[in-house]
Amino acid sequence: MWALRVVIVFVAAIVLAVGAFFFLAWRSEIPEDAAAAEATFAPELVAKGAQLAALGNCIACHTVPGKPAFAGGLAVPTPFGTIYSTNITPDRETGIGGWSEEAFQRAMNEGVDRRGSHLYPAFPYDHFTRVSAEDNRALYAFLMTRPAVKAEAPRNDLQFPLTYRPLLAAWKLAFFDRGELEPDSSQSEAWTRGRYLAEGLGHCGACHTPRNALGAEDRDHYFGGGEAEGWQAYAINKDSKAPIPWDEQSLAFYLRNGWHEFHGVSRGPMAEVTGNLSALPDSDIMAIATYVTSIMGDPTPERGQRAAQLREQFEGDYREQTADSQSSPVNASGGSPGEAIYVAACASCHEGQRRQPFGGLNFELSTAVNAPNPQNIVNVVLFGLPPADGEASAVMPAFRHLLSDQQVADVLAYMRERFSEEQPWAGLVELIANTRSGAHRVTIRPSDGIERAPHNVGAEEG
Amino acid sequence: MAILLTVNGSPHEVDIDPATPLLYVLRDELALNGAKYGCGLGQCGSCTVVVDGEAVLSCMVPVMLLEGREITTVEGLGTIDKPGPLQQAFIEVQAAQCGYCVPGMMMSAHALLRRNARPSDAEIREALATNLCRCGTHMRILAAIRRAGELMQAASLPRPDEGRAG
Ligand code: FES
Ligand code: FES
Repeated sequence: MWALRVVIVFVAAIVLAVGAFFFLAWRSEIPEDAAAAEATFAPELVAKGAQLAALGNCIACHTVPGKPAFAGGLAVPTPFGTIYSTNITPDRETGIGGWSEEAFQRAMNEGVDRRGSHLYPAFPYDHFTRVSAEDNRALYAFLMTRPAVKAEAPRNDLQFPLTYRPLLAAWKLAFFDRGELEPDSSQSEAWTRGRYLAEGLGHCGACHTPRNALGAEDRDHYFGGGEAEGWQAYAINKDSKAPIPWDEQSLAFYLRNGWHEFHGVSRGPMAEVTGNLSALPDSDIMAIATYVTSIMGDPTPERGQRAAQLREQFEGDYREQTADSQSSPVNASGGSPGEAIYVAACASCHEGQRRQPFGGLNFELSTAVNAPNPQNIVNVVLFGLPPADGEASAVMPAFRHLLSDQQVADVLAYMRERFSEEQPWAGLVELIANTRSGAHRVTIRPSDGIERAPHNVGAEEG
Repeated sequence: MAILLTVNGSPHEVDIDPATPLLYVLRDELALNGAKYGCGLGQCGSCTVVVDGEAVLSCMVPVMLLEGREITTVEGLGTIDKPGPLQQAFIEVQAAQCGYCVPGMMMSAHALLRRNARPSDAEIREALATNLCRCGTHMRILAAIRRAGELMQAASLPRPDEGRAG
């Protein structure tokens, strides 16, 4: 009798737990809206939505380079397997053509699709939940007026049990903080606007904040540096390694133009971000800079001092263009093999007198050389910076056909030693070999001004 | 310092500072003037040559990195009497205005056609993105490269008279 009672209680507990879980996980289907794709919207609303979509960088994940915009199908590698982005054009069958605005608002707010399935957080709804209903309405208007494209995304390639979407409810319970941010009355209007843009649609933290083992952003290391598409997204909090610390002006300039004299050009996935941000008004760019630099905080006195020296060295019109690559501006002291290569192959641009963005950045100013992980320099040395299509842009030739893994490692070791106070990088040769072979997958994109669709000559799937 | 370079199949020993970019060695030491000096800054592509099958900017590459590598310049694609398919195509289509960019264009195209005999226009444009032409002959350059692809394919097919008796 006693044993039976235990079993009954036990079974009841399980049933209750499972029931509670399903109750928690269950989301209703929002009926298909047959007229959604034909709806018309005020042109101002659509224009505003276009700006917001650029801020959200939606096109980056929801477009395969060279294929129609927003039609999805891009493979997004995650530690848990590959997720394919969805078609967000208003195609009724394969896109969001049957989605009412309510369904769209819910997807942004809660990470749930029209049918009621939980979405994987590769879609950064942990940020998009901060977006106002009004802005979501504009985004919806913009997307629903794009050309409808019939394109079915490939099936996600995830490890079991992650294929079972109700599990995401548990993830959300642990990590998802839903809803708009509370206003902070101690802060300026620009800061508040900047936080709204950066935290919400801008989703800066999705790349710049490290993630925990379950793929959620580690809020204790907010903006502490993360990874995106095989590139390091640098720390943009107090741990920023920029030799001349960012300030509002320089960051706003960089976000506006895709480069800054003291910081170099944006590249990798960030090139897309700065390219897209060109759709935003100056006031919004400035607001993002205000917010992000407030997170970085004031530099320590030592950093400040070093920065003052560097400014003196690199500011103003000291720079005149040198003749060419035949005469290296520096001499090798006969030291390491890396030095010999650096002096012959790198210095003519990187210590030449051409200004950003067309000259190479002097490594005294480089965040990359000071970064804890050398991945970004490895990417750029091996694959270069391809030119943007049909406009002047920064370029760098690729050296993968010219330098062996060991030679790249030698050059990097020399640069680290000469231009940084940080510890030498470990495991260089292996990292370089994995990057070259594609075992570590890197996306290579033109250096700026890009729009990945419909034509994006120069963008290469790495 | 003596450096051993293999250019268009022939070995050359040159006595030179190993930091010297290949372009200057080709032009000044080996009298191979096909590769052109445009900017000397890795920005224009007129100095493009092929190293082990890949297009590289010879103004940017110190010769110390090239020992034991197979270097091909535009002179290696054919001669005046016997132009190679790329050269023949450029002549047929009259793809040059001043012609300064053309050797670089041909070498980038050569590297492309080696790995892809029938490139799309988008692929050609991508492969030649680092080659600038100030005269604006781009449309003809595209046509010439398409034509070269055809010529190469035709050359690799058996000729109509081949295998016929007597
Ligand atoms: S001369 Fe080499 S790229 Fe211009
Ligand atoms: S033909 Fe004159 S630069 Fe191209």
